[in-house]
Amino acid sequence: MNTRQLAKVAKRIGFWALIALIMVYAVFPFYYAVVTSLKPSSDLFRVELWPSSWNLDNYAHIFSQTSFLRAIFNSIVVAFSVVFIALLFGLTASYALGRVRFRGRSTVLLVILGVSMFPQVAVLSGLFEVIRSLNLYNNPAGLILSYTIFTLPFTVWVLTTFMKQLPMELEEAAIMDGATPWVTLTKVFLPLMWPAMATTGLLAFIAAWNEFLFALTFTLTDAQRTVPVAIALLSGGSAYELPWGPIMAASVVVTVPLVVLVIIFQRRIVSGLTAGAVKG
Amino acid sequence: MASVKLEKVNKTFGRDHIIKDVDLSIGDGEFVVFVGPSGCGKSTLLRLIAGLESITDGDLIIGETLVNDLPPRERGVGMVFQSYALYPHMTVYDNMAFGLKLAKTAKETVHERVMSTAKILQLEELLHRKPKALSGGQRQRVAMGRAMAREPRILLFDEPLSNLDASLRVQMRNEIARLHNRLGSTMIYVTHDQVEAMTLADKIVVLNRGNVEQVGNPHELYQRPATKFVAGFIGSPTMNFMPAELISGGADGCRVKAAGLSEVPLPQAAHDYPKGTSLTLGVRPEHLRLEAPTADNCFDIVNVEYLGNEVYVYLDPKEGDTLLIHRSEAPSQWKEGQQVSLVPNTEHVHLFDESGTALKLAQTRSAA
Ligand SMILES: Nc1ncnc2c1ncn2[C@@H]1O[C@H](COP(=O)(O)OP(=O)(O)OP(=O)(O)O)[C@@H](O)[C@H]1O
Ligand SMILES: [Mg+2]
Repeated sequence: MNTRQLAKVAKRIGFWALIALIMVYAVFPFYYAVVTSLKPSSDLFRVELWPSSWNLDNYAHIFSQTSFLRAIFNSIVVAFSVVFIALLFGLTASYALGRVRFRGRSTVLLVILGVSMFPQVAVLSGLFEVIRSLNLYNNPAGLILSYTIFTLPFTVWVLTTFMKQLPMELEEAAIMDGATPWVTLTKVFLPLMWPAMATTGLLAFIAAWNEFLFALTFTLTDAQRTVPVAIALLSGGSAYELPWGPIMAASVVVTVPLVVLVIIFQRRIVSGLTAGAVKG
Repeated sequence: MASVKLEKVNKTFGRDHIIKDVDLSIGDGEFVVFVGPSGCGKSTLLRLIAGLESITDGDLIIGETLVNDLPPRERGVGMVFQSYALYPHMTVYDNMAFGLKLAKTAKETVHERVMSTAKILQLEELLHRKPKALSGGQRQRVAMGRAMAREPRILLFDEPLSNLDASLRVQMRNEIARLHNRLGSTMIYVTHDQVEAMTLADKIVVLNRGNVEQVGNPHELYQRPATKFVAGFIGSPTMNFMPAELISGGADGCRVKAAGLSEVPLPQAAHDYPKGTSLTLGVRPEHLRLEAPTADNCFDIVNVEYLGNEVYVYLDPKEGDTLLIHRSEAPSQWKEGQQVSLVPNTEHVHLFDESGTALKLAQTRSAA
């Protein structure tokens, strides 16, 4: 009896210790970035878990730079456009791939999956040529195009899987009610696909928001840059100094929206994962 | 409300020929039930009428129009699905109004129709609820309401009650029957439950492997099955079949000897068949009498089932291995292990030839 209780307590403690470990592992880098961003530059390289003195100088510094504000604006435009385009095409494509029976459907799906396997570097030079010939070099539209290429396969794949799980009879009921495919998609399927769309949309957003390689290659001037590149190119007082304080402050600033988005959509995502499980 | 006519309708899926030359005419306001074993093509036939599948060959006429190439919404049909397929994100009201709104019906008309449908189906209190907050029976009614709200000329049901438990099924069966009486619309109903078929139908269509086996009212199908398949499919417990031999036959009756039974005179005309033809004798469990055993008519009772109001006695057959069944009102004097003789009621004996077709009654008798 007693030993059993003891074992129970021990299990409890072990469980929470494990969770604490995972939390530290996941959160510590971010925590350290926040701490660093709040330190004055003189304290920068003193290792401490809790800053002895702190101020908002670094934040004031980055927000006084118009190029950084411009980069945030560019990032917002690019990320939202990518999400919108990916979801629009993803949804319509998933209807075709998940619902319409046609020859070569699974081939198309496999090709889509295959495309998403390519590493970015492999297509970089080819894509560069495409973007140049489309006259999109040094233009956020070029980034939107290239991000969409990488986001769409994943979006299509996930939405197709989700769409396939929606009961066939639901679509047939809509047909009997006189709905065209477009009406079925927007009025019947779309409201049921929200969870899947929130998940894929969020992932597309994060990918577009954090992307560095394409953003660096396809843009030239400060006015067209997105945040990751802008941060990397933040310059210090001299050529030999990396401005860690402002870099950390900028990183925190651009990470917070992501965290907020995840928290907002978290409910949706979880409810989406379980909603399909119950019939009705 | 409208009549439906199928003329040599065929359906193939790739290489599989699923519906074969189906001819059928359904009158205005009739309640028609499709029955048949699983996979015989009931749902497919219904979906052809609905317009959810395309007709490979043949004509489908609703009212006066050939509708082969019309989409479902222009055929004037409403359908109730087995899984109900209610729109989960819409309230009961919106579920019913969806089709009307898509048809660009005026707002007041939409409201009026939904309310009157809800009234018929007693859904008024549930209009603001979502499907997941409804019980099985309520969902079933909403599914019917959704199909009815657009006032289709024909209502189609594909096994609408199979997701409900037994007692609710009986209740909903009654409601559907009353609904049909009230609306008077043409209804086509698919089921594999023969009680539903017998109780609801004006006309039963028995399907077997994509062919129409027999069409008739429940009484005809039960009393005079046209084929052995129908005889075995309709009725529970199923009809007893025994191999038999034609002793002598003429235009006004015949004599038949079945395995283990004494020779019996039967009212079927058998002049088309030579003497000695092997036939199948069919008799329903309630059309048998058990009597004291005789030398040439003696069966072992292997089991006795007591069901409260009636008793089933199972007998060891002389040929084959399907047990023979006798049904009578409770109480019964018979016990397992006893021996009895079987006496069929000759009025109710059926004869089938080797192709499974029933032998017709002799003219004089059937006229009487
Ligand atoms: N889309 C399809 N493609 C290929 N074959 C199909 C298709 N739909 C149905 N079939 C076949 O047609 C046959 C009849 O199917 P159907 O659904 O009409 O049977 P059913 O009589 O309704 O059976 P149940 O009582 O089990 O519902 C089956 O053999 C089935 O495999
Ligand atoms: Mg079926």
